[in-house]
Amino acid sequence: MTAPRNVRIGLLLLAPAIVLLVCFTFYPTVATVIDSVFSTPRGRRPSQFIGADNFRTMIADPVFLRAFTNNLIYAAVIIPASMGLALAMALIVNARIGGRGLVRLAYFTPTILPMIAVANIWMFFYAPDYGLIDRFLGLFGLGGNNFLGQPGSALWALMVITVWKLAGFFMIFYLAALQQIPPSLLEAAALEGASPAQRLRRVILPLLMPTTLFILINAVIEAFRLVDHVIALTRGGPNNSTQLLLHYVYQVAFSYWDTNYAAALSVALLALLALIALVQFGVLDKRIHYR
Amino acid sequence: MNRIALNLLAWSMAFLWILPLIYALWTAIHPPVYATRFDLFAPLTLDNFINVWNAAPFDRYFLNTLVLVVFVVISQFVICTLAAYAFAVFPFRGSDWLFMLVLVQMMVMPEVLLVRNYATISQMGLVDTIPAIALPYLASAFGIFLFRQAFKSVPKELDEAARMEGAGPMQVLWRVYVPLARPTYLAYGLVMVAYHWNNFLWPLVITNSVTTRPITVGLQVFSTVEQGIDWPTITAATLLSVAPILVAFLIFQRQFVQSFMRAGIR
Repeated sequence: MTAPRNVRIGLLLLAPAIVLLVCFTFYPTVATVIDSVFSTPRGRRPSQFIGADNFRTMIADPVFLRAFTNNLIYAAVIIPASMGLALAMALIVNARIGGRGLVRLAYFTPTILPMIAVANIWMFFYAPDYGLIDRFLGLFGLGGNNFLGQPGSALWALMVITVWKLAGFFMIFYLAALQQIPPSLLEAAALEGASPAQRLRRVILPLLMPTTLFILINAVIEAFRLVDHVIALTRGGPNNSTQLLLHYVYQVAFSYWDTNYAAALSVALLALLALIALVQFGVLDKRIHYR
Repeated sequence: MNRIALNLLAWSMAFLWILPLIYALWTAIHPPVYATRFDLFAPLTLDNFINVWNAAPFDRYFLNTLVLVVFVVISQFVICTLAAYAFAVFPFRGSDWLFMLVLVQMMVMPEVLLVRNYATISQMGLVDTIPAIALPYLASAFGIFLFRQAFKSVPKELDEAARMEGAGPMQVLWRVYVPLARPTYLAYGLVMVAYHWNNFLWPLVITNSVTTRPITVGLQVFSTVEQGIDWPTITAATLLSVAPILVAFLIFQRQFVQSFMRAGIR
């Protein structure tokens, strides 16, 4: 087989994917960066080159700063929480318990439901006075909470929903990895007198490292991609306490129609994702030695 | 660890995890007065579902979603298969570099680029059409990655044997590679069905009429307009919109779980 033939056939086969990737990934990425240094056309005033003005506006924009810190807090909570719970669930479902299939089903079901539908159900859960949670707290005289309506608790209420939905998803990956650990390894560890906690820390967790990294990447993506529940439940409020980056991009672009400022915000989000990707690449390189 | 304690933990967590769904079901199958009152003998009713079905064009939303999901998954199969075949079987100078470039799409997801993609779609005159919802997702880096892995594990001898019999590249792909990668297709297909059945933000932006809206956007429009109307209606609408995927999941539970597992093993 000659190389020129490979080039010809290869490029022919790749053509549809390349065209689509150029149109909907590479061109828009470049165009977003270009858009971010122009002003939004308004009425008779056409778009003008304004250099870094959009970015100056951005770092002075309290809503952006709020969305940025909110998103970091949000990510810092949901990523470890959903991953830790996922690991616990996988260990539970992998152990010898009664009705294993049903338990696994219960953990996994939230994963396959649309976030938008899930948000509707939780809205009812969180409702002040007659929502299930508030009425439960009411039994102890702690009722009257408007979880989604108070700046102090709204973001946490959204985090609970996200963790609830993602934990079962990540559990599946841990479960797949757990089932691939040879039982002889664990038996050997037990014979050496290792306690269950030691077996978990010295044998199971190191073997789960590649899976943990894979889940971590997915968790990071979800932390910045998933804003359906923000749209359904709070629209960034109250008082921007649940404003997340992508939701702010969406609002600026499609509620205020300030498309070029939205482009600058998108650039900030892209830069953040690129930074995370670079860090992860550094870690992923080490992962290769594992296998 | 103590077996009883472990079982107790497992089951109470399972109960907690499924509680929101049970609560929603409870509300939806009882008259509004029982929405917040627990009476085991409260009369059952399907009125809430009937009201919802008559109040909004959910049948049309389901049809739109079905068309969208079928279109997305079939197109992804074709486009990603061809690209993965090129990367796995016809490597050329620079193709590894091209593959890395493809993987960028995993981090730069269509959602992050929605402002610019909206502009592109409107220049193409495709705003408010079903293909517009699908287009940004068709060249899926995840799919190309998975299929490439699957094709790479196909024994070279099978490929060569087919060639000896005079099969061209497309015939080899169709007769040797695709059949051997069937589990990967099933896994990727199910994950994508779930993803696009549930997708919301991009469809919300790009659609604005009953004839194109998928069920997720339809549900959001319905529950926003119906704010202030009773909870049972909203929960009934919610359950109605998740019913097909939930029922499919319960029936094909094993395949679903195994597919998600397979998609995660790399």
